[in-house]
Formats: sequence, structure tokens, C-alpha cells
Amino acid sequence: MLTRPAGTRRRPRPLWVRSLGYWAFQYKRTWRSSLTSSFLYPVLYLAAMGVGLGTLVDHHVHSVGGVSYLSFVGPGVLAATAMQVGTNESTYPVMGAIKWIRTYLAMLATPLRVIDVLVGHLAWMVLRLVLTSAIFLAVLAAFGVARSPEAVLALPAAVLGGTAFAAPITAFSATQEKDANFSVIYRFVLIPLFLFSGTFFPVTRLPGWLQPVAEVTPLYHAVALCRTLVLGQAPGWPALGHAAYLVALTVVGVAAATRAFRRRLVV
Amino acid sequence: MSPSSWAGPESVLADAVGRPVDGRPEPLVLARELVKRFGDFVAVDGISFEISPGECFGFLGPNGAGKTSTMRMISCMSPASGGTLRVLGMDPGADGPAIRARLGLVPQEDSLDLELTVLDNLVVYARYFDIPRAEGRRRAKELLEFAQLTERAGDRVEPLSGGMKRRLTIARALVSDPDLLILDEPTTGLDPQARHLLWDRLYRLKQRGVTLVITTHYMDEAEQLCDRLVVMDRGRIAAAGTPRELIERYSTREVVELRFAAGEEERAAAELGPLAQRVEVLPDRLLFYADDGDALLGEAHRRGFAPVSGLVRRSTLEDVFLRLTGRSLVD
Ligand SMILES: Nc1ncnc2c1ncn2[C@@H]1O[C@H](COP(=O)(O)OP(=O)(O)OP(=O)(O)O)[C@@H](O)[C@H]1O
Ligand SMILES: [Mg+2]
Repeated sequence: MLTRPAGTRRRPRPLWVRSLGYWAFQYKRTWRSSLTSSFLYPVLYLAAMGVGLGTLVDHHVHSVGGVSYLSFVGPGVLAATAMQVGTNESTYPVMGAIKWIRTYLAMLATPLRVIDVLVGHLAWMVLRLVLTSAIFLAVLAAFGVARSPEAVLALPAAVLGGTAFAAPITAFSATQEKDANFSVIYRFVLIPLFLFSGTFFPVTRLPGWLQPVAEVTPLYHAVALCRTLVLGQAPGWPALGHAAYLVALTVVGVAAATRAFRRRLVV
Repeated sequence: MSPSSWAGPESVLADAVGRPVDGRPEPLVLARELVKRFGDFVAVDGISFEISPGECFGFLGPNGAGKTSTMRMISCMSPASGGTLRVLGMDPGADGPAIRARLGLVPQEDSLDLELTVLDNLVVYARYFDIPRAEGRRRAKELLEFAQLTERAGDRVEPLSGGMKRRLTIARALVSDPDLLILDEPTTGLDPQARHLLWDRLYRLKQRGVTLVITTHYMDEAEQLCDRLVVMDRGRIAAAGTPRELIERYSTREVVELRFAAGEEERAAAELGPLAQRVEVLPDRLLFYADDGDALLGEAHRRGFAPVSGLVRRSTLEDVFLRLTGRSLVD
């Protein structure tokens, strides 16, 4: 029976869930193309880089860290994709919700508070990361990589890596008046990280002075963590260290975003 | 709320729905020395007012007077910089979500989701208030009917005309069935039909006990809708009262508007002036404020003046407004 006892009311939905509900609702417009590219991107990447380039690499090098190039690059691109998605979701959509579509303003005239607006949007970014990373992992498994039980843990690892980008960039976006700086982020942060943080080759191949630089970047830690788990190597202290780094970056990002949202939206 | 809950000693100040507690209706909105600052700039400079349950309360004033700043404080979107404010018997600082749950806001600038359809804008908004999906859709459809946007329900909002967007914003504010409706220039950009439809709707809402707070630059609208109003100027309240009271206090019963051939104006102002309580010289005509306009006009003719055109009309809120806030643009 669906009827409730007289006088009782269903429990109110938490306020942040209502804000999350908006993002899920508006995803209805684009989910098909969005999920299709979430599927095609890893397929194309793994086919070209892993299989194509991989045969070349595997013939000339004994191995990269003892595994096939496909197994090496797959988890790397997984982490890099999470970085990309986390960034995409926290730049233009955040600015749009502040300035162009002004979704946040509409929400703030309802019971929602600034913190609910923020938490709901961050929760949406996490959900997007879960979707994309799960599809990516499934494709990896289809390519014969990620067959170990630990590989399942690569899903939360990739999501954590993406969130470690999304949270601080959300804070940054909330301080921006124009979108000009976003292309700076893509050009001078994302692309260098993508190329030099261990996604395609071990950072030990970098010139000596560059190695410590690569090792402090968040993508380096996300890649290392995902790679350990996808390859089914026992996650030891280094893995915990990577995870702790990403958690710390997320926490700092959320705190900064809370401050930035309050400053921007409470006037 | 059960009757017993407003009989206790602590209920002297506030009953959440604003029912009479000690015989006098508890104000739904109570502001004392309310201040809003933006940096060093004082936008609202210590204003006090009370809005009773079920009334329509207006805020008038020239551009930049501080009306929107005040509306945003009442709707708990903007924190006050000083003074006290109680809305629905609660403290906006502490009970924002509970207050906003019972409040409908038509902001001065639309914040519609341009990417979503007309219908979805209402449906999504209803979800913020935790209105069940089916009920939200039912209300959305009914409100689109009222806003005369039913045929556009499935269209994206972006290409709608300005007035249509405004109507949608108004419909959206009603989707939560608010007890307190705050309208910041709701009719700006509306055609006369839509304006009258809105007035009808507001009138019916008021009959159902909904309290209305409205700002407008249309004096006829304020005169028609508002039970009481305040005229703001530079962050302060310049005058307060019912439209009738304000007209009586700040204007005369009638106004005579006379247009003269060039050259005759000055003499007419000087000679007829003493017959009126106040004269205003405008570039194209003279305004004589008098209680008996016909008498003044008759006297003008008797004294041999031949105005190109002459008109006797009742004083309106517009006369009050211009008197209080000056005819020329403030800064
Ligand atoms: N966010 C803000 N930051 C700085 N100044 C502001 C801000 N909002 C409003 N002001 C200033 O406060 C003053 C009052 O603005 P407000 O919007 O309350 O006026 P208003 O009476 O609504 O005017 P209008 O009739 O043009 O809508 C103006 O001088 C405005 O520039
Ligand atoms: Mg305004």
C-alpha cells in the first residue's frame, strides 16, 4: 500500500539532495551524447595507444614496469579522464550557474542554503565521475586489462582523483568574473599534467630535475593509485599515501569552495 | 499549527502564521532600523516598517532608492548589515530555509533556466520545495494556464519574449503556494493584458490570505493594489501610509494642468499662483495644486487667461511621488 497513516508526512528530502536533483534533471538533455563519448573515448584511446602504439613499445622495450604497454597506459588514461571530467564539470557549469543561467540564484530563493547549493553540485560532479570511470573500467576489462579483484577499487580511486581536481577548481571558478582563465587551466595545467604525470611513461624517464615536480602533481598520485589497483598489485603504503594526498586536496578544495561560494553568492 | 501553541507566554512576540496573539495581528514582517551596506556604501539606511498578515504592502522609490536591497533582505537572500528583521515570526539569519519554504519571490531580474523548457522550469523549481513530482506537475500546468504559456510549455525558455519570461517568473514564484509573496517590479515589461491578469491573480491571492510585498514604478498599480506603502529615497523612508493618506498629506485633492502660448506662462504663474496651494512650472505646462480645480480654472478664465489647453484631474500617487522624491533624476 502506498497510503500513509493519516497525519504523517514523508520525510523531507535533505536540502542538498534537491540541488543534486537539478543537475541530474538537466542531464536528461545531454545524457545520450555524454555517455556515448564516455564509452567511445576509452575504446579509441586504448585501441590507438594501447594496442597500436603498444605493439611497437612491447617489441622494443622488454616491458614497462613488467607489464604490457596496454596494461600500463590503460589505468593512466583512466585517471587522466577523471581529471578531465572533474575539470569540465567544475569550470563552465559553475560559472554558468553563477553568472549566465544563474541556477544558484534561483535555488537560493528557495529553502536551499549556499552550502546545499555547493554540496549538491559537488555530489553531481562525483556522480558524473562514477559514471564515466565505471564505463572506462568496463572497457578496460573488455580489453583484457583490469581483471583482478583489486581492479574494482580503481573505481573509487579514479573518482577520488577526479574530485581532487573538481573541488579546488570549483572554488577557483566561483572567484572568476570571466571564463578567460579556464583556457589557461586547460592549456597550462591539464595538458602538461596529462603528458608528463606518468600517464604514458614512468616519470623516472623525465630529466632528474623534473621528476620531483611531476611527483607533486595530483595526477601523478591518481595515476599511480589507479595503476596499482588495476594491475592487481597489493596496495601498500605508497598507495595509501597517494590516496591521502588526493583526499587532502579534496578537503582543501571543498573548504575553499565553501568560502568562495559564500563570498560570491551572499551579498 | 494548533490553537494551543499560540496561547503560551512565549507567544507574545510571534506566532508563526501571524494570527492575532494579543488581539492585534502579529506583523508578518517586522523591520527596525534595518540597514544594508555594500562596502562603505549604505544602500538601506535604517528603515523601520511592519507588514501585517493579509495585506498588500508596497515599496516605491526612484532608481537606486534601496527597494531591491530591502526585498532581498526580507526574502532571506541577503543578510542585513544592521538593525532587526523578523519574517513570519522567525529570524532570517537562523531560520532562512524555514522562512523561504513559505515564501515566493519574483526577483527584479529573471533567473529562469534558459536551457530548460517552460514547463520544466516550474517542475524543477517545485522540487526545491520538496513538492512531490505529480503535484508539482499539476501545479505547473495550472500556473502555465494562468500565465498564458500553455502553448509554449514544451519550448525552451531562451527564445521567449521578455514579457513571457516575466510571466513565467511570476508563475514560478507561485508554484510553492507561498504565504508571503514578494514581487520586485513584477509588471515591468508586461503588456496591459498581462498586467491586468496579474492584478486579478494578486487580488484573489490576497483574498485567500496571502500577504503581498511589491515594488513598482507604476503609480497607478501601487494605488490600485497596495493597502499601505512606503516611499523610499536614498535608502530612507520618505513617507508611509495608505495611498489615500499619502495623497491627502502630500498633495491636494485636485490638480489643474494648464498649457499656455509662449510668453503668457510667467504671468499666469505669478497671478494664479496664490489661488493654489502649490504651483509647479514645467517646460510645457503649469501645474496648480488645489482642492477645487474647477474653481481655479473658472477664475483663470475670468481674469482673461486663455490657456491653449486646460485639464482638471484628481491628485494621484504620482504627484505624491514626484513631490517627495523630486522631479528630476536623482544623481
Ligand atoms: N551587490 C551590490 N553591490 C554594491 N552596490 C549595490 C549592490 N546592490 C545594490 N547596490 C547599490 O545599492 C543601491 C540601491 O540599489 P537597489 O537595487 O536596492 O535599488 P532599487 O530601489 O531597487 O532601484 P531600482 O528601482 O533601479 O530597481 C544602488 O545605489 C546600488 O548601486
Ligand atoms: Mg530594484
